[in-house]
Amino acid sequence: MKKTVTLGALTVAALAAGAAGAATLDDVKARGELKCGVSTGLAGFSAPDANNVWQGFDVAYCRALAAAVLGDPMKVAFTQTTGQTRFTALASGEIDVLARNTTWTFSRDVDLKFEFIGVNYYDGQGFIAPKSLGVASAKELDGATVCIQTGTTTELNLADFFRANNISYEPVPIETNAEAQQQYLAGACDVYTTDASGLAATRATFENPSDHVILPEIISKEPLGPLVRHGDNEWGDIARWTLNALIAAEEYGVTSANIAELSSAPTNNPEINRLLGTEGELGAMLGLDNEWAKRAIMAGGNYGEIFEKNIGEATPIGLSRGLNAQWTEGGLLYSPPFR
Amino acid sequence: MATISDPPEQGFRLSQLIFDTRYRSMTIQVVAMVLIGLLLSWLISNTIHNLEALGKDFDFGFLSQPAGYDINQQLIEYNNQMTHGRAALVGILNTLLVAVLGCALATVLGVIAGVLRLSNNWIVSRLAAVYVEGFRNVPLLLWIVLIFALMTESMPAPRDFKGGDGPSMLLGESVAITNRGVYIPNVVFSRSLGGNEVAAAEAPAPAAAATPGTNMAGTYGASRIATGGAGIQAGQNGTTAGAGGSGTSAAGEGGEVIPSSSGWDWLLILAVLVAGSVGAKLLGKRAAHIQEATGKRPMTLPLQIAAILVPLIVVLVALGASLDKPELGGFNFDGGVHLRNSLIALWLALSLYTGAFIAEIVRGGILAISKGQTEAAYALGLRPGTTMNLVILPQALRVIIPPLISQFLNLTKNSSLAIAVGYMDVRSTLGGITINQTGRELEGMLLLGLFYLVLSLLISGVMNVYNSSVKLKER
Repeated sequence: MKKTVTLGALTVAALAAGAAGAATLDDVKARGELKCGVSTGLAGFSAPDANNVWQGFDVAYCRALAAAVLGDPMKVAFTQTTGQTRFTALASGEIDVLARNTTWTFSRDVDLKFEFIGVNYYDGQGFIAPKSLGVASAKELDGATVCIQTGTTTELNLADFFRANNISYEPVPIETNAEAQQQYLAGACDVYTTDASGLAATRATFENPSDHVILPEIISKEPLGPLVRHGDNEWGDIARWTLNALIAAEEYGVTSANIAELSSAPTNNPEINRLLGTEGELGAMLGLDNEWAKRAIMAGGNYGEIFEKNIGEATPIGLSRGLNAQWTEGGLLYSPPFR
Repeated sequence: MATISDPPEQGFRLSQLIFDTRYRSMTIQVVAMVLIGLLLSWLISNTIHNLEALGKDFDFGFLSQPAGYDINQQLIEYNNQMTHGRAALVGILNTLLVAVLGCALATVLGVIAGVLRLSNNWIVSRLAAVYVEGFRNVPLLLWIVLIFALMTESMPAPRDFKGGDGPSMLLGESVAITNRGVYIPNVVFSRSLGGNEVAAAEAPAPAAAATPGTNMAGTYGASRIATGGAGIQAGQNGTTAGAGGSGTSAAGEGGEVIPSSSGWDWLLILAVLVAGSVGAKLLGKRAAHIQEATGKRPMTLPLQIAAILVPLIVVLVALGASLDKPELGGFNFDGGVHLRNSLIALWLALSLYTGAFIAEIVRGGILAISKGQTEAAYALGLRPGTTMNLVILPQALRVIIPPLISQFLNLTKNSSLAIAVGYMDVRSTLGGITINQTGRELEGMLLLGLFYLVLSLLISGVMNVYNSSVKLKER
């Protein structure tokens, strides 16, 4: 009898522990709102527009996830995080998912106990300098003053780059992109370094963007992607496959224009059918309904549409697809199959 | 006749623990202690449980791992291959630097403003009042950011100093005020005790150049970080990491000695200065003895000045001292001492802000001294200035010092607002980048809390010793 009680207590404890680890989906559903961590404002990636509605490439992912889980892309509460506060915010449960130009690194994945759910932008660290400085290469920066966002991988890459090239520099540590921009424009630093996409986004907000040149050197690999807490695998799966759904939709030619038609009845492409829920039970496996991916794609279009709308060549930020093209077009984007 | 008999012996009853005043206080203390113990054990077990749930352990091993990031202001040698512990130490020294500078300036400002606010001159006392109320009632962070923004936005960039029509350097081309900070000349020695750097591309630096002393510089960080490749090439060509320091002084031909300064030079100079002042004081005492014995005071002032200056000049000549003026080179000024904007903004804002509080403390201390003291001093024929220095302030010190300790503690802890301007104090290194790169929030914050606690207790202890030396002697 006593043994049974002990075993029973253990089982309950184990169940409780399991439930505590896997509660994010339930929490989000109960709350009716997804809490998403974004940067403190980086044009094209995450910034509030004139109507105080968050817009951007990272924001679009949060909206897609909210649409998949809650059915409404606008049910997202955005939390602004700096390079230093983002991980604490995620680890403490202040946010459910962090979509903030965060580089996937070994130590963040393994040691900091986070789970990167994929890459939504393949980037690399670059430098921006005023044209008047007359610098053509980052290797000519011996003795330069460099503005850098503190608490980032760029800080470590910068140290490595200058050490490897045997040249010296003076780092000016700065908390946010906006401050860095202000310091750079005031001439308090000669060059500003961050991910090349961030440089392009920052330059787009300058008064005279053509007065500034992004140096050709890309000194690091920066695979940027959303991340969630380690240990809640169900929530991790939902976040991961929402991103994959956006990427796969572009590959299969599912756009916000034709998605209504494609999802009304099964097509002759079974992969599209499973993605859009007209065939199979993929949604149920995630703990969602079968139209989750359809809603995610309808929130802002497929990956390509989100890219073109927020940071593509037609926008002031003007990034070309480059590495971020589909694998079928020579890029690195490659979603695992929906089956 | 009534006899008083002993009260009947009663056995100890449990209710006495509550109702008997002899035991009640002990009961309350025991209960309180148990509650506190429970609270602590709950906190600790909760922490352990949560760490386990996050899959994290509690380990200070990260302190000995390479930091990988650079720090722009270093009072001791540091490069990004050194450990997180070393980076924390660099941050601690930066915190101490701004705290010491801040406390000194705040005291001077506070005493002056406090005395001036009591001035009979209407304009002077109003000006002091405007200063005190202005700084006391606006948050410190705003002052820090304001001063930093003023320096950054309104000063010329170093590259503007090129060419004739731009801004020019002050004081005989030796001081440059730029939007990156103020560059002032540095004293360097051609026969430095730490060993001079030898500018040589071919010849490997002698062993002396690789000693930590070389780059201690005594300056606020050798003007910038020389991330020479020496660290990684060490195995290949046999030079040591310290040799990378010569990257800052690439001028000159092979084998030429570049004047530099080391911590040892400054220690020697400090020692000579202290010895000189002790000697001067002894001379003064001797003069006092002679005056007591003979009634005539021998001339001492020139001797005292000589006792301080002569050994100093001898040492400076022996070391081969010269001024290293900042010069435009490449992107920035080279040479000299670079006082960064972040340091200046933090230092000035902390001093001005805390100075306003100290001014009120000083004013309160002076007001606490009876007016009769002043009147008595005037009756003896003392001038107002002498009265203040010899009669009022020494008595006021007893009232001033205890709250002054709190202000010093406030200033020291407020220096962690350095984050606003990117000053690399211990909060930015250990409590910022290190925590961010290693994910050791709990350990880092514990160490940081411990550091501020020890520092505060230290300041408080030293000031209390001083307080007991000036307080009223009661016999």
